[in-house]
Amino acid sequence: MISRANRTPIAEWWWTVDRTMLGLTLVLYAAGLVLSLAASPAVAERIGLPSLHFVLRHAFYAPFAAALVIGLSFLTPRQVRRAALVLLLVSLAMMILVLFVGAEVKGSRRWIYLGGLSLQPSEFMKPAFIVITAWLFAEGSDRPDVPGRLLAVLLLVIVAALLVAEPDLGQTMLTLAVWGALFFLAGVSPILVAGLGGISVAGLAAAYTIFPHVSERINRFLDPSSGDTFQVDTAIQSFERGGWSGTGPGEGVMKRILPDSHTDFVFAVVAEEFGILICMLLMLLFAGLVIRGLMQAFRRKSAFERLAIAGLATQIGMQSFINMGVNLNILPAKGMTLPFISYGGSALLSAAVTMGFLLALSRRSYDQHVTVVPRAAAVGHT
Amino acid sequence: MTIQPPAAAWRHARTALGSAARHTNGERQSRARVLLIIAGFTLLYGALAARMTVLGVASADWQDGTGSFVQSAAMSRPDIVDRNGEILATDIKTASLYAEPRRIVDPDEATEKLASVFPDLDRDRLRRQLSTRSAFLYLKREVTPRQQQAIHQLGIPGIGFRVENKRFYPGGATAGHILGAVNVDNQGIAGIERYIDTSFLKDLQAAGFASERGLEPFRLSVDLRVQHAIRTELVDAMAKYHAKAAVGIVMNVRTGEVVGMSSVPDYDSNDRSEVLDKDRMNRATVGVFEMGSTFKGFTTALALDSGAATIHDTFDATSPLAIAGFRIHDFHGKHRWLSVPEVFIYSSNIGTGRMVLKAGTDLQHDYFERFGFLSELRTELPESGAPIVPKLPWSKISSVTMAFGHGISVSPLQTAAAGVSLINGGVYIPPTFLPRSEEEAMKVARRVLKPETSDYLRHLFRLNVLKGSGRNASVAGYRVGGKTGTAEKVVNGRYSNDKRRNAFLAGFPMDAPKYLVLVVIDEPEPEKPGIGATAGLNAAPMVSGIIRRIAPMLGVEPLLVDPEEEPAMALAFAR
Repeated sequence: MISRANRTPIAEWWWTVDRTMLGLTLVLYAAGLVLSLAASPAVAERIGLPSLHFVLRHAFYAPFAAALVIGLSFLTPRQVRRAALVLLLVSLAMMILVLFVGAEVKGSRRWIYLGGLSLQPSEFMKPAFIVITAWLFAEGSDRPDVPGRLLAVLLLVIVAALLVAEPDLGQTMLTLAVWGALFFLAGVSPILVAGLGGISVAGLAAAYTIFPHVSERINRFLDPSSGDTFQVDTAIQSFERGGWSGTGPGEGVMKRILPDSHTDFVFAVVAEEFGILICMLLMLLFAGLVIRGLMQAFRRKSAFERLAIAGLATQIGMQSFINMGVNLNILPAKGMTLPFISYGGSALLSAAVTMGFLLALSRRSYDQHVTVVPRAAAVGHT
Repeated sequence: MTIQPPAAAWRHARTALGSAARHTNGERQSRARVLLIIAGFTLLYGALAARMTVLGVASADWQDGTGSFVQSAAMSRPDIVDRNGEILATDIKTASLYAEPRRIVDPDEATEKLASVFPDLDRDRLRRQLSTRSAFLYLKREVTPRQQQAIHQLGIPGIGFRVENKRFYPGGATAGHILGAVNVDNQGIAGIERYIDTSFLKDLQAAGFASERGLEPFRLSVDLRVQHAIRTELVDAMAKYHAKAAVGIVMNVRTGEVVGMSSVPDYDSNDRSEVLDKDRMNRATVGVFEMGSTFKGFTTALALDSGAATIHDTFDATSPLAIAGFRIHDFHGKHRWLSVPEVFIYSSNIGTGRMVLKAGTDLQHDYFERFGFLSELRTELPESGAPIVPKLPWSKISSVTMAFGHGISVSPLQTAAAGVSLINGGVYIPPTFLPRSEEEAMKVARRVLKPETSDYLRHLFRLNVLKGSGRNASVAGYRVGGKTGTAEKVVNGRYSNDKRRNAFLAGFPMDAPKYLVLVVIDEPEPEKPGIGATAGLNAAPMVSGIIRRIAPMLGVEPLLVDPEEEPAMALAFAR
């Protein structure tokens, strides 16, 4: 297909990029498009839009996102860092802006409208935040004169404050979790890690006591009889109706009554129509992507690349786990989209940025590539 | 600016020389932690997979368990048989017509064809339903074989039959109230059918053991022949006396088994629309009534048993009993002192009132509780009515009225169960609709009266049929004994003079009682103008009619010559 002797940028990219992860990503985007045909029309009809409203938008965003993944994967680590820095600054500015001009949806200010497009700045903040935090941690351990860890803590505080202000506790938790993973990987002492773990448990307890809707949801999860568990009950019913092999495409009925069936509860819709086996396959795609990404991190010698790759993979892993866990009622109800699959322009593009950065960073770097050319030496190096 | 070059130089030197070892160390630790995170994600995704497996297994159960209509519609029930093995209820296979609209080629054609067999189907609605893309739709449940054949021959694509079990009651309404009914999905909704579901069938089905034939027949204590005799007597009496309703109960006094129980108007269990008719409720267990003078038997029993009175005592019935501003009269006033047997056979309200006043309300409450009048009687039938009893403490006037069966409302079955203890030697046996031996009965029985008290009561009951108000209950040779009860009904809050609810509590043969018969008839009219409509004139002959028919079936031996009566054979020939 593409000769190894070919030295064009495309060929170079093709031989250095992790083609397994790229393939998994594209398969997930394609699956999301197919599954949106199952999940979206019911929602669109319910809220009085043309039945293909969400499908068409998804069909516009998904290829665009796939292209973005490929485009970003051409970047070098240094370019990724710069792009992330720009993206972080822009999205942080917009997150401040959103607090003042954002439209309030379901009690939160998360959206900003730009020329007919609605954007969720916090979605774009996530990958940029991870890359920059990874860089700060890496610099912090490589160069004692740079107060990397301090800056990383500072950045976390700013981002968390902005997210809580929206409020978007799901994203806050996710951000904290990923930051925690980076902190853990940055090679700090186990005592510090344990201390941070204690602080996060305390933070969780604080959220439980401070935010009434958080405590309500957790109470409901622990004691289903205490309140309205309509969403998760309906989701579980979807799994029961679907069984192993599903009721068949278009045969699902739960999606007609399940709120957010095209975003947060798309997994349950898949279960009903396509069956639990397909759900497991979907889960395996995510697991494969995440573990493959983490294996790439494991191989990296550069601390920045290792941390950034691991952080980005962790983010995809955590987000997919939380979403599927909520659908399966093993976690308290929490609004979280399923990366690559759920409808939502910002979510789809944000996942693309995450994956694009991940692929870019995990490409076999130039110096490695050069040493690989003599075949005998390749074994020794990788 | 001056500090910078040394710092840079130092850094450079470190990178070049000493840092290699330190780096590798930190790197190794960091990489190990990456592996830890991989392990963590493996665990998390493993948890998801485990959860999905659990749900998948659960859904497999769910899909062929009782939760789905497919299964519940086809579920089979055990046959119900009477004590002799006669079938009271059984399952038959019927077909239900369904459509798969998405497989129907031409909805218009299908609609017209279906309507040619079922003209009662709403064509417009049917056409609309068949034009949809839905997967399954019942068109008609329980179609006849002829209709099924007709539809089959039309050969409409997308139309099919599902074989279902339908409950069938060969006896129709004969034992309707006892058997109850099932809904269209063959689930018990009333009577013994419901009892079967709640007591074991649902568990069996949940365990998957009730899927097909092979369930043991469910045997009742009821005797179909007795049941039929009771019911026809009640129906005849209803017509004869233009009554509103009638209840008849036959119980085995040795075991507490209900051998027959009927309440008319009743329902045909095959016709579900009748089951819900309020007028067809089971008055024998759900209805609570003031039982009138039949209660005098219980009052006399408690007075004799507690020692408040002896059989030789006499009570002043010369003038009405004045109490708390009320005056209690006698219906058949004798205006003299009456002995205990006289109080009983003349059904003296005054005498019974004085008896209970002598015993006291505490004793009365105690005995009423033992007779089971103060709490709801629970049997296998889910339908039961709670008694209406005055609030404690009982006043003297309510104590006196309760002594002759007013101011306290109990169900007929409750009265019958208590009546059993009056004549069987003094033990209360909870009534049952399931077969029970005497040994089993003794285990659940409790003594409420001394055996001597029960002996007295047997004599009093017998005396009442020989010489008192119960003469019409007599059946030659079968030594019937019993007590009438004529209760005035409450209309608009007052006791009415012309609306009655009559009862007769009887047992036979009174020298060694085997069966108890209780009959209640609501608002009977005089058989012929000019004569009364008291219990002796309608309820007593109904009892006689029932006993005459059932005693031979139940194997009760008649005395050919009853020293107390005229010769049975002569009487039989005379008729």
